[in-house]
This record gives sequence, C-alpha cells and structure tokens, in this order.
Amino acid sequence: MAETLLDIRNLRIEATAYPPGEPPRNLVLVDNVSVSVKKGRVLGLIGESGAGKSTIGLSAMAYGRGGVRLTGGEVRLNGRDIRLADAAGLRALRGREVTYVAQSAAAAFNPAKRLMEQVVETCLHHRLMSRAEAETRAVWLFGKLGLPNPETFGNRYPHQVSGGQLQRAMTAMALCPKPDLVIFDEPTTALDVTTQIDVLAAIKEAIRDTGVAALYITHDLAVVAQVADDILVLRGGKTVEYGATGQIISDPRAAYTRALVSVRSIEHQEKPDARPILSVDHVTARYPGTHFDVLKDVTVDVAPGQTLAIVGESGSGKSTLARAITGLLPATQGRIRFDGRELSPDLASRTRDDLRELQMIYQMADVAMNPRQTVGTIIGRPLEFYFGLKGEARDRRVQELLDQIEMGAGFAKRFPAELSGGQKQRVCIARALAAKPRLIICDEVTSALDPLVADGILKLLLALQAREGVAYLFITHDLATVKAIADKIAVMLKGAVVRYGRKSDVLSPPFDDYTDLLLSSVPEMKPGWLEQVLKHRRMESAGN
Amino acid sequence: MRRIPISALIGLLVTGAFFAVALTAQWIAPYSMEEASGGVWEPISAAHWLGTDNIGRDLLSRMIFGAQVTIFIATAATILSFATGSVLGFLAATAGGWLDQVLSRLVDLIMAVPTLILSLVILTAVDVTNLTLILVMGFLDATRVFRLSRAVAVDITVMDYVEAARLRGEGRSWIIFREILPNALSPLVAELGLRFIFAVLFISTLSFLGLGVQPPLADWGGLVKENSAGLVYGVPAALAPAFAIALLAIGVNLVADWVLSRTTSLKGGRGG
Amino acid sequence: MNSVLKLVAQRIALGLLLLLAVSILIFFGIEALPGDAAQAMLGQSATPEALANLRHQMGLDQPELPRYFHWLGGLLTGDLGKSLTNGEDIAAAIGNRLGNTLFLAFWAAIFAVPLAILLGLLAARHAGKWQDKLISGVTLATISLPEFVAGYLVMYFLAVYWRVFPSMAMIFPGMSLWTKLNTIALPVIVLVMVVLAHMMRMTRAAILNVMQSAYIETAELKGLGPLAVVWRHAFPNAIAPVVNVVMLNLAYLVVGVVVVEVVFVYPGMGQFLVDHVAKRDLPVVQACGMIFAAVYIGLNILADVISILANPRLRHPK
Repeated sequence: MAETLLDIRNLRIEATAYPPGEPPRNLVLVDNVSVSVKKGRVLGLIGESGAGKSTIGLSAMAYGRGGVRLTGGEVRLNGRDIRLADAAGLRALRGREVTYVAQSAAAAFNPAKRLMEQVVETCLHHRLMSRAEAETRAVWLFGKLGLPNPETFGNRYPHQVSGGQLQRAMTAMALCPKPDLVIFDEPTTALDVTTQIDVLAAIKEAIRDTGVAALYITHDLAVVAQVADDILVLRGGKTVEYGATGQIISDPRAAYTRALVSVRSIEHQEKPDARPILSVDHVTARYPGTHFDVLKDVTVDVAPGQTLAIVGESGSGKSTLARAITGLLPATQGRIRFDGRELSPDLASRTRDDLRELQMIYQMADVAMNPRQTVGTIIGRPLEFYFGLKGEARDRRVQELLDQIEMGAGFAKRFPAELSGGQKQRVCIARALAAKPRLIICDEVTSALDPLVADGILKLLLALQAREGVAYLFITHDLATVKAIADKIAVMLKGAVVRYGRKSDVLSPPFDDYTDLLLSSVPEMKPGWLEQVLKHRRMESAGN
Repeated sequence: MRRIPISALIGLLVTGAFFAVALTAQWIAPYSMEEASGGVWEPISAAHWLGTDNIGRDLLSRMIFGAQVTIFIATAATILSFATGSVLGFLAATAGGWLDQVLSRLVDLIMAVPTLILSLVILTAVDVTNLTLILVMGFLDATRVFRLSRAVAVDITVMDYVEAARLRGEGRSWIIFREILPNALSPLVAELGLRFIFAVLFISTLSFLGLGVQPPLADWGGLVKENSAGLVYGVPAALAPAFAIALLAIGVNLVADWVLSRTTSLKGGRGG
Repeated sequence: MNSVLKLVAQRIALGLLLLLAVSILIFFGIEALPGDAAQAMLGQSATPEALANLRHQMGLDQPELPRYFHWLGGLLTGDLGKSLTNGEDIAAAIGNRLGNTLFLAFWAAIFAVPLAILLGLLAARHAGKWQDKLISGVTLATISLPEFVAGYLVMYFLAVYWRVFPSMAMIFPGMSLWTKLNTIALPVIVLVMVVLAHMMRMTRAAILNVMQSAYIETAELKGLGPLAVVWRHAFPNAIAPVVNVVMLNLAYLVVGVVVVEVVFVYPGMGQFLVDHVAKRDLPVVQACGMIFAAVYIGLNILADVISILANPRLRHPK
C-alpha cells in the first residue's frame, strides 16, 4: 500500500464578496470536504462552475485567489498541516513539493522571458539542481511531452508557440523540479478537441513516467475518466460522491453523478430528407480589406423542421458561414436561397419578412441581451416590431413565450443580470421564437454552459422544433451535441466543407482523414478509451 | 436604493453650494462688483469679510460675482463640447466609413497640439469676448468628448445585442437611442464632470494669463492675477479665489469619481 | 528585427506627417477665422488706410498658398520671420529662451520621474490600504489645482512666509549652475507637483495591471518571494507601460511650463509666447506654437517607439 501524500480533512474555504452598494457578505466556497491522494496516484476533481474544484486544488498549495481563505479543517501534505505554515514555509513547499498547471498557459507564461528560463526557474530558485541539470531535464521533458525539436524548443518566447504546445510546456515546467504532487487545473479545456487528445495523452504518459501524484481538475467527466484513479464529484462546494473511477462511471450512486454520466445520451431520430427551406449554394466570402477567403465554395441546405449541424474546430469558418447567411458578411460569390426566393447578400437590402423568418441565437447570452432592458422588453420588441403588437396583447404573448421556455410570469420584469446562465439562453431563445421564424441559426449556444444546463437547453430546442416546426442551423465544435440533435451534418475545415450528408451517413465509415480524426478525438465516458484510440492510431500510421 | 458614499455627498454639497452662489450673486453679494468701498488690500474685517482687493473693492463681492462668471463660462463651454462631441462621436461610431475616418483624423490632428497652445494661437487672431472664449474652449474640448463617446459607442456596437437589433432590421435611431445610449450614459456622465473641471481650470488659466475674461468683469483666475502682486508683500488676497477654484474642482472630482466607480461596478456585476 | 525597424520608421514618418498637418492647421486655421491679424492688432476702430498698410507690411495682401510655403520653408531652415511689434528676428529672440525652458523642464523631470515611479510603486504595492488612499487623496488635491494656483501657494509660503527660496526666477547667462538651480527652485517644485500626480496615478495603474496578470500568480506558485516576483516577472513587463507614462507626462510638462514661467517671471519660451499673444504678434505666436507642438509630438513619438521596442512580440516575431 502506497503511503498517503495529501490528506484533506473537513476543509472549509470562505471568501468575502463586495456587492456594489451593499455591505460585504461572507461566502462559503467549500464546506466539509475530505479527500486524500496516495503517492503516484491521480485524483480527479469534477463539477460545474462554482463547484469549488479549483479552490480545493489550490488549497493543496495553501493558496487562495483574491480574498479566498482556508478557514477550517486540515490540509496535510507529507504528514504536516500546511494551513499552519508561515510565509517562508509556504514558499519552500510551493514549486518544490507541489506545482501547478493552469487552464490558460498562454496567460500563465511571462511574455517577456524565454520558455527555458521559465521552465527551469523553480529548480534553480529552490536550488534543486544546477542549471545544466535542470536544462537537460527540461529537454528530456519536452521530448517526453511530444514537443517539436526539444533541444531548441526552450529558446522560444511564449507567443512563438501554439496553445497546445504552451500547455505541454507548462506541464514540463510543473514536472521539472520533480515535485510530489502536480495540480492540473482544466489543462485541456481551452484546446480544440483534436489537440486535447494529444495533450491529454502526453500528460498521462508524463505522469506515469515520472511517478508523480496529481490532482486533475475538469468539468468533463469523460476526460477525467481517462487519467484519474479516483474521482471526487463536487457541487456547490460540497462532496457529492467520492470513489474509484470505475465505480463512478459504471455504478454512480448519487443522483447528480448519474445525471453527469448520462448527460450526452439524448436520442434523436433522424428525419427523412425534404425540399430545403434554406440552400447555401457555392458561397465564398472574405472579410473586407483582406485577400483570403474565409469561406470557400460552401454548399449545404436545411430542410423545414430539421437540423443541420455545422461542425468544426476554431478557425474552421463555421461562424463565418452564419454571418454570410444572415447578411452581416455579404458573400462575394454564390447564392443563398430561402423558401424558394433568393436572399440579397447584403443585410441592408433584405425585406422585413426575410429578416423575421431567419433568427439567430448567440453563444454568449450575456452579451446578446441589452443589460438595460427587461426580459419583457427584450422578448416584446420583436412582437412590436414585426407584428405591431402593443400593450396587453403584447404582454400576453410575452407570457406565452415565457411559458414555452419554461420560465414563470415574474421574469418579464427582471433584468438580464438577475438571471442564471441557462435562463439567459432561454430568454434569447424566446426572443428568436417571438418572430415566428422558419429557421434559427444557433451559434455554439450550449458551449458556454455547464453540461446539465446545456442538456436542458438542447431538450428545449428539440421540443420547440417538434411543436413549431422550426428548422435549426446548429453551429458547434462538440460532436456529442451533434449526435444528439442533428438530421444532417456538415464538417468544416479551413473554410471548406469536407464532409456533408445525412447524420447516419456522415457518422458511418468509410471516413475521410479529418472526420476520422475529429470523431475519434471525442472523449468517451469509459476508462481505457484514450489508450484504445492511441493504439488504433499507431496501428493505422504503421499500416500506411 | 444605493447609499451615496460620504465623499460623494461632500462633493455634491460643495458643487451645489457654488452653483447656488453663482445663481444668486446679485442678491447675496454685500457690495457691487466695481464699487471701491475701502482702502487697498484691507485685511479681513466686519465690513469686508475677506478684505479688499488691489484697488479697494470688496473681495467677497468680487468672488461671488467671479463665481458667476467662472461657472457660467465653464458650464456653457461644457454643454457646447458635449453637444457637439457626443453627437459626432456616436455618429462616427455607428456610421463608420469615410465619415468616421474624416472626423477621427481631424480630432487626432487637433489633439496633437496641446489645448493651451492651440487656444493661445487662436486667441491671438480673434477678439477676446466671453462668447469667443466659450466657443474656443467648447470646440477644442469637444475633441476629447468625441474620442470618449466614439470609443464607448464602438465598444457597445460590437456587442451581440446590437447585432441582434441590426439583424431584426431596426433603424439607426433605435440602435443609437435604445441600444447604445442607455449603456453609454454612465461613463459619459462621469466625463461630463471631468470636462467641467477642465473648463473651470482652463478659463481660470486663460484669465490669469490676461487672455480670458476681460476687465472690468473678472472671474476667479482674473482675481488671482489682479491680486498676485500683493503676495510678495505678504497680502494673501490672491489665495482666496485660488482656493475657490481648487475647492470647486475637488468637489466635482469627488462626484465624478463616484459616478465612475458606479459604472465599473455595474460592468463587473453584469455577469450576474 | 527588420519588422521592428519598419514599425519604428513608420511611426516616425507618421509623426512628421502629423507635424506637417499641424503647420497647416496653425497657418490656415487662423486664416479661416473671422477678421485677420491686422484687424486684431489695431482693434475695431482702426482706419481703413492703417489696416491696408499693416496688411501689406504683414504680407496679408499676398495669396495664401505661396505665403504658407514661404513660412514653412522658413521654419525648416530656422528663419522664423520678424516680430510685428518690434521687428526683432524671432529665431534670435527664441533661441536663448528655448534653452531656458528646456533647462527648467529638464530639472523638473529629474525630480518628478523617480519620485512618481517610487510613489506609484508604493501605491500599487499597498493598493486599497491607507498608504494608497493617502497618496490618491493628495493626488486628487493636486490634480484639482491649476498650475498658477499651485505656483502662488508655493510662492506665498516658501518665498514670502519662510523665505527659503527667491520668489522671482530671473536667470542670466552668467550665473553659476548652483545659483541657477537655487533661483529656479520654486518653479521646479510647482512643475513637479503638477506633473507628479498624473504620472504617479498612471504608473500605479500600469503596475497594478501587470501585477494582476496570471504569470505573476505562476511565479508566486513557484515559491518565489515577493521581491523576486517583482524583479524577475513584473519589472520586465512594466518597463514599457511606465516609460510610456513618463513620456506622455513629459509632454504634459511642456505645457505646464507656459503658465509657471508667467507666475515666476522666468525668461523662457512660455512667457515670451503669452506676452506676444497679448500684443497680437501673430508671427511670433505661430512660431512658438509650432515649436511647442513639435516638442509635444516628438515626445509622443518617442513614447510609441519605446513601447514598440519593448514589446517581445515585435522584437521576436514568429
């Protein structure tokens, strides 16, 4: 039995909030959490935003961001309670016994210094090894983590390497001083799905080869299932469930954990093809003043009452396609037909009916609503603008719409700042519905939301489609979402459509290389998936 | 209802008092503006609460009328700079294109020369009257209001809710008055305070240099100039109007700081 | 490295273009105003003959464009024309005074810059605590003081009441450096007061901005002490914004000088300019205006060039 490295007992963490114009308020971020990590093992911390997972992670370094304070319980590291350590004691353990990998390595690296300088800094500062030894170890780690040209990689500045590479460099920086414990704080969340799998594999291998213990923090259960030995499920700062990874995934006991495990299991029956309501015909577009086409000869169509999912990674041009269809970025070539008539490429020369029948919902519901307007005004304006509804008639319709999005009467008087993330997105959906559209463009509408909330939004969208017969053009980077709602799928890469068709066809072999890569990169909620994929890929490349 | 912090309350009180004095100068001043009612630089007495000035006029009365002149010119210049600056700024931000380019480059050019230097050059060539002072100060300062309101409006224009309004087919007036203006108001109100302070300091400086309000009328800057010679002999008469300028500026600053902090806390709280 | 040189060259070229535009503004802007310089000089009651005479003498009866180019050519070759009021050669009159003004501004900068950075660091280090509040309170007070008010306050207390320094800052070419410095002590103090507040506020903001970056947290989590964090991680990134702040405020100093010179009767460009505005001597005013604008624009260019050079993204392109 390995010896216990980190032992957290009855931890309580508090912070003080300063709401403007009100007296300061005390917040309990983490309450009565106990957890332990043995040497060389990996503990996954999982939960939605606000669950307290990063706060607990940083408590292993006795570090609190802003005004965060550890107010109760014990944090025993290598047998001693680090809550009692003084400033010098903390400095001695930070970087030597425990190190940290942040979500955004791009921000966590000092832009003015070369990578090597920063990677070996901890070793030199704590006098753990000589500069030559440290640099040798850094180069070894760079190679281990699959970075290109490990010998010279460290000579570069942070802005000269990609996001995925920076994330690996930060892992190297954390592993360089041979710590006992590394805290990984959502290290792959900001990455594209095809990059994520490589970084994930590199991190896992590095953990195994260095024998270090780790806390792995993420909101994605499928990701943590690949790397963790044990999992702690958190919600609102409290423990929901704590157990071995296999048990949590295959036999979750708490209702909340069960919901997390089953989150991506919406089943959607593909509808038969029909005459399109929207056809995008060989559309090419570029931003004014540039010489580069961001959309290249795109042809797709959407049938009434059905969903076309546009899938791609960042920079694939999927949001640009939405801008071309709405007329915000007039297409330079090609045609866009809507309900049999041709739409003008330019927004300004479209008719009011064109505008009404084609609505849009945004990724960030926060900035998609005017913070100075009430929910009633936000939903009521399209009613007034398109249908001339006023006074009581308008209020009645607003009420109906609020009912449709499963929100109560009281919400009409609220401002957006008084709503939760999911509620905001629902109001945006109601605003789009108010125009009685034939087609709604949904631009990453669930990607800023926690999994359970996102699930609720998807279910609502499907229910509305069944009732109102509205078609969706659904833009997303998340293949699980696509499987849940699409009738047709278009896969985009660098501004062009690389695969397009019925969902069942697009998702069945034979695949083109990119779709194969994309599909196989989506983490699945079963332990051992990562190894399988990597083995499969190695065999394929060996076969070629 | 938000509580008003004590510093802002003091600021409001000081500013309000000065405006009240300016509005009621005719009735509350013990002597007229030009009446020589005592000897040169008499010390503080029951008849002259602040003493007399360099030619024997009651200093308190001159200060009260000076408040009227200073505050009138500063207010008029501020209104002018805001009216032109914010309208053009919003227009440039929403219209974009060549109009934005022309206006922005023109403003860049004017702001490339320090305001004091540019106004000195202009005042060499025109008759110095209260009207020309207001016009020169108002138009030169409008460049700063233009920059701020354009920047604020551009920030708001790229928000998805403005795009949503454009996609709905809303006209420009709805977008400016219903979507942009309500969100731009707080920073603009804070800026209004700062521009007013600037106008007070600027007209005082011009008058002190002898290029502002012309005698026999005098604003606070002019009063400092008239009585500055006495300082060397230990007569502090010039310090009273100097103190008034500083007090008004601090008062308005305290209010503007408060409005500004409310704005930022509002922004921070938007995420809910 | 090439792209940096290109950027710097671009910035300088843009600055020169701006200066040209300013010369057009100062020349034609005045022409566009109602009335003209001759009218302004002689007043409303002037006889038509006198006006015509003066206009001829000033060259105002000539077409505008050739006059502009003649004026611009003169500026570039150092021939600033003749004063209207006493026929004096402007370049000769300005030369000595420009030196005096730069002397004053230089000594103000020598004291203000280190003091402002030190206080800015202090305020940033103790952000939100009493030290910060005290510093920002004093700052608010000095920002609310126009330069001439600060000038008379300092004069009243330091020269008249306590008699530490002379109240008038008359300097002559023959004075020793020490006597000169003693003589200009009061105007230097006032300029430092005036420029310190802005510079300190902006330094504080620049440093706080750097200190809130994620890489500072990274350094703290490496176990580095506060000094090492500041020296190794904050400082290299704070140089550029702080230098920028300093340059912008030196440009501001150039303007503050005008008023302070009048208060202390200092024989510099500022006082010269104000005198000739009162005398409506347009050629002198235009020449002085161009010189002030050139210094101001020059310092702004310098600020931009330094931030370009200090930016690692530009120095080490991909």
